[in-house]
Amino acid sequence: MSESIVLITQDGVRLDGRRIDELRPVKMQVGVLKNCSGSAYIEQGKTKILVAVQGPREAHPKHIALPGRAILRTRYHMAPFSTDERKSPAPSRREVELSKVIREALEPALFLEEYPKTVIDVFIEVLQADAGTRSAGITAASIALAEAGIPMRDLVTAVAVGKVGGKVVLDLNEAEDEHGEADMPIAMMPSLNKITLLQLNGRLTRQELEEGVNLVKKGIKELYSLQKQALRARFSGAQVEV
Amino acid sequence: MILLADLSTVEEFVPIQQKELLALLSTGVREDGRKFDEYRKVEIQTSIYEKANGSAMVKIGNTVAVAGVKAELGEPFPDTPNEGVLTVSLELLPHASPSFEPGPPDENAVEMSRIVDRGLRESKSIKTSDLCVLPGKKVWVIYVDIYAMDHDGNIVDASGIAALAALLTAKIPEVKVEGEDVVLLESTKGIPMVERPVPVTVAKIGDYLVVDPSLSEENVADVRVTMTTLESGIVSSIQKSGSGTLEEPDVLKIYDLAYEKGKEIRSLLAKLG
Repeated sequence: MSESIVLITQDGVRLDGRRIDELRPVKMQVGVLKNCSGSAYIEQGKTKILVAVQGPREAHPKHIALPGRAILRTRYHMAPFSTDERKSPAPSRREVELSKVIREALEPALFLEEYPKTVIDVFIEVLQADAGTRSAGITAASIALAEAGIPMRDLVTAVAVGKVGGKVVLDLNEAEDEHGEADMPIAMMPSLNKITLLQLNGRLTRQELEEGVNLVKKGIKELYSLQKQALRARFSGAQVEV
Repeated sequence: MILLADLSTVEEFVPIQQKELLALLSTGVREDGRKFDEYRKVEIQTSIYEKANGSAMVKIGNTVAVAGVKAELGEPFPDTPNEGVLTVSLELLPHASPSFEPGPPDENAVEMSRIVDRGLRESKSIKTSDLCVLPGKKVWVIYVDIYAMDHDGNIVDASGIAALAALLTAKIPEVKVEGEDVVLLESTKGIPMVERPVPVTVAKIGDYLVVDPSLSEENVADVRVTMTTLESGIVSSIQKSGSGTLEEPDVLKIYDLAYEKGKEIRSLLAKLG
């Protein structure tokens, strides 16, 4: 709660020079690992995440299998070296919760009924955490699932909006997350205009909530086109377009 | 009668049950006769356990949660040397449902516990600076332990309201600082609460938004959203739970429901004094 830090200037310039509606620099790559069905790597500012998808594969233990659809399992995990202070590798309560909400953010997009009795595993490994890890993890996981060839209704794209220095801003970095007033990660299926993840930590008025939902769509639109670009880059050359 | 299995949560049955419930909702009523925006009767009892610094039992229909507050003198976190510490945890007792088992909490229990914790924490409901006794050395550590005792839907709201009621009525000893020593006095004071954050859960079943879902509604709901609001209209935490989706306008519709119902519950809490 240090009031001394000016997170945003009068003319709306943030600590790292961004405007209020600007994403951090984003890099995405699909197909970065050899031994998985699908994989993706994302950098969003200083946040760096590697995602691997395994499956659909036979369910183990067998009794967890469902007759009518595949089970989606997600594991959100932070590397011990990903934070300022070493993070114990044992899964924290936060990681347990995030693994659940991330699964619920991805599930609506997947045609799981195509793969009865199987399991699809999504492993999200945060290599460096600088805020926005669950949303960057979702953005990367959805393109890794697409690379794995799992049929989807749409990609899932996520980013956070927040309140910093009294203003609603897009894509918080760590300093803004720590010293700001609110953090609201949102995931959507952009073409279908449906929200699949919605969380808020912090304090927002009704109007700021509305502003946040509007602002997040701008970021999601930009990230969505980067996701498609990354997928095209992975598969270009594999087939001749007619 | 011997119940061989609880079929209500078997995945294959959910679409059938959902169809039935949707047919009912399309006529404008809920299974238990409530309106879509109608909360069940909320009963709050406080100071039910003498050995706790504060305690409360909350019933929402047949859902029951109790909360106990214990205060201890402990060390502050190094990065907040002048602030007391709040620790909130929720346990789903096996008494509450055949689907709850003893042992380490599963992801649902962890999530619910964190929703309740965030509602209290992010709203800055406790003035933690007033819980500092000896800066950097001794502060009050406030433990809020919540038990879900009977599950008929909407454990999160019952737990959040119970925690709040217990905190609002808790008493901690006054202290005297003599040099480096802290002496506990006979007299007591309340915990410095500056906000009353009330969580309200709304379920989306098909296209219908229903407030305070019952267990059978929860079982078939596509999505549940819990929003914690304050008197001023500020929303201090949101959690979407479940593998369904929300339409964009749902966000503000849910906010409006949560704020409206939050007010009603806050007026019940005001009577506790």
